[in-house]
Amino acid sequence: MKSKQLVIIMISMFLFIACKKEPLANDQTSVTATSTVEKEHQGQASVAASEGEDLNVLQVAMSLPDFKTLVVAVEAAGVQDALVNAGPLTVFAPVNTAFDKLPEGTVETLLKPENKEKLAFILVNHVAPSNYPIKQLKKEAKKGRKLYMASGKYLEVENKDGKIFVGGTEILKSVKVSNGWIHVVGDVLVPSEGK
Amino acid sequence: MKTIFKSIFLFLITTTFIVSCAPSEKKGNSNKGAIAGNAAEKVYVAPGEHDSHYAFISGGFSGQLSVYGLPSGRLFRVIPVFSQDPEKGYGYSEETKPMLMTSHGFIPWGDSHHPDISQTNGSVDGRWVFINENNTPRIARISLETFETEEIIEIPNSAGNHSSSYVTENSEYVVAGTRFAIPYPQKDMPISEMKGNFKGALSFLKIDQETGHMNIDFQIMMPGFNYDKAHPGRNKSSDWFFFTTYNTEESHTLMEVNASQNDKDYIAAINWKKIAEYVANGGGKKVPANYAHNIWDDDKHMATTTMKKEVLIVEPKEVPGAIYFLPTAKSPHGCDVDPTGEYIIGSGKLAASMTIHSFSKMIKAIEDKAFDGDAYGIPIIKYEAVNYGAVAPGAGLGPLHTEFDSRGNAYTTFFISSEVVKWNIKDLKVVDRHPVYYSVGHLMIPGGNSRTPDDKYLVAMNKITKDRYLPTGPEVCQSAQLFDISGDKMELLLDFPTIGEPHYAAGIAAEKIASKSKKIFRLADNTHPYAVKSEAETRVVREGKNVHIYMSMIRSHFSPDNIEGVKVGDKVYFHVTNLEQDYDVPHGIAMIGANTSELLVMPGRTTTFTWEPKQVGVWPFYCTDFCSALHQEMQGYVRVSAKGSNVPISYTLDGDIPGKEDDL
Repeated sequence: MKSKQLVIIMISMFLFIACKKEPLANDQTSVTATSTVEKEHQGQASVAASEGEDLNVLQVAMSLPDFKTLVVAVEAAGVQDALVNAGPLTVFAPVNTAFDKLPEGTVETLLKPENKEKLAFILVNHVAPSNYPIKQLKKEAKKGRKLYMASGKYLEVENKDGKIFVGGTEILKSVKVSNGWIHVVGDVLVPSEGK
Repeated sequence: MKTIFKSIFLFLITTTFIVSCAPSEKKGNSNKGAIAGNAAEKVYVAPGEHDSHYAFISGGFSGQLSVYGLPSGRLFRVIPVFSQDPEKGYGYSEETKPMLMTSHGFIPWGDSHHPDISQTNGSVDGRWVFINENNTPRIARISLETFETEEIIEIPNSAGNHSSSYVTENSEYVVAGTRFAIPYPQKDMPISEMKGNFKGALSFLKIDQETGHMNIDFQIMMPGFNYDKAHPGRNKSSDWFFFTTYNTEESHTLMEVNASQNDKDYIAAINWKKIAEYVANGGGKKVPANYAHNIWDDDKHMATTTMKKEVLIVEPKEVPGAIYFLPTAKSPHGCDVDPTGEYIIGSGKLAASMTIHSFSKMIKAIEDKAFDGDAYGIPIIKYEAVNYGAVAPGAGLGPLHTEFDSRGNAYTTFFISSEVVKWNIKDLKVVDRHPVYYSVGHLMIPGGNSRTPDDKYLVAMNKITKDRYLPTGPEVCQSAQLFDISGDKMELLLDFPTIGEPHYAAGIAAEKIASKSKKIFRLADNTHPYAVKSEAETRVVREGKNVHIYMSMIRSHFSPDNIEGVKVGDKVYFHVTNLEQDYDVPHGIAMIGANTSELLVMPGRTTTFTWEPKQVGVWPFYCTDFCSALHQEMQGYVRVSAKGSNVPISYTLDGDIPGKEDDL
């Protein structure tokens, strides 16, 4: 993983520095193309946090080993930029073991380039473009309001004796981040095929 | 191991490209004012890349200070200083109004002139920028962490604060000299009795090295001439300050003729160290005065005005050996000292040549008492005894201002002949000249008025543009022009428009400032009396006719956002705290019918505006800064009832009183 990131950094540097006028020599272009499978990433996700600043959803997820699989999936789906935006965002973040609960081979299949869109659809089903701290989720449950997710689907919120469930899975822990909230969950919220 | 090799390989390729990026020597000149073929590459800063220098360019009669990047000429920010700015709520919010208080009351506009960056050991250090206001004499200090005006002090006994605001080599003092001679103390008297009765105050403001706070240490009450420009000595002459004078005729009407009668006016040379010592030992006389001192507090997030009632006056005769006049040709305007401190350059705006005085000759002349009489008791040094020479006639017409490189060259602007002339300071020979478009005033080389010029770029600031840009009606933009001065010949790279009049500027390498630029204000440090630290603290409190709304903003709502019980005739204070602690997430707020500007509230800050509702109804407010995906949902309502109505104050968010939600 580390070396992959390093390669990406090198390539971004390379693209950054490349002159605007001189055309790239062919052999150099091909080096770029062959040395990376992943596309170079130059969106807002590449902005580093500075000292004293709170971290955003993606930065927090990347800093915690619990979300290793999630981060790999986010990168494979190319949805990094959506997690660093001003938002506000509420992300229901499945821990590594949540992915293990999926039928065998699911994760590997989803990580294949041809399934990128499908993976992205599943991932954004974990993201609500809104500000939902626990208190607000309790309120949503009480008033029977559903959460509108970035997938276009809705998730139901339930309050079972003070424990909050979204889409049928319990929120285990909550983290305030610079652009919203991360609620940790133990299941992948696979969107239903229909509405 | 394999991947490491891959990385090294990539690194090598990258390096190859960096090397190949060096601008290639190219072609002949185009016919557009000698712009070299590769000028575009020299000013091109690729998307996402940063400029190498900051330029702080005065907004002149806009009263503000603008921040540009060099070499791109891109405008980053307009810092409101002496004029109200509705975009930022400066001078409109309750907290910033005191910044514009003076002894004449609240003044919404100013005329900013000469920015100068603080220095340490003779080099610009990037702590603060000082800038003077000409019309209502003031000096402002701007923080280079927040890029906000932190302090404004009024200068008493002055009018037309023009020879200002220059700082000494270790930022001991920032200086203000009065352009207009005025009665001292001010009094009702016939104008025609000016001669001998008016005075010209030169003010020395001590700078607190910790806080940057300014305090008028002393004012030297000079003869009633006009003090035009000033420059601190550098290096060997750093104990001295030099001021150009005009109207030594002491005329008060049709000045364009009457102030140009004398063949020579003076540069006043003042040993400020000597006078500072005199004052420190109890010298001078405290006299009554009345001037405003406005200080911004970043924890309270508000400014306070203190009216000062006293100032210390020093009469020149009290400190013998500290003040001399150096005869200088024809109403000198620009007053500049080279990085070594040896050469003092006076530029007579109508003269055909510049007068260059020698500091070491001046010291010798003082020792030898080589005087040519005195003016109001101040010795006039013999011209021959102090003069080093003049730049050859025909160099240009209408010299104004000079800055320096580190290679012994001076660059002087010529207003009438519209050009920058590069000349060698030692042999006074012209080395190069380049036209500017048109009528250049000041010029700026980053650090070019200090001991250590950072001399790759030169910015010429022009008063007239005529045909240089697409026309925009009778009023066209004023403009700056960027030159590359790293070679033997000056090379014109770029025109870029400026705000107001680009009167003067100060420049500095980006790395001296960029890394300490503030990103957010810590909510925990906020001591504003009406701040809220969380939504649970938001509330509405009625105190007689005054209604105080303690409001918060966070992506993407206000709390509270439904308020009732306000009545026609009330004065409603919106005290709004931005609860965000994330970089670049300000929120704004505007209320229909409020007779003021919007507020733009930075993360962690509390700001206040007032609203006096005049009509019954339900009136909305909303966020003015596109803050988030649900920015358009960031809004609320205030219900306004008739005078005498008995609707009680109530406030909610999503149906609940903030902090008192039902047990969920």
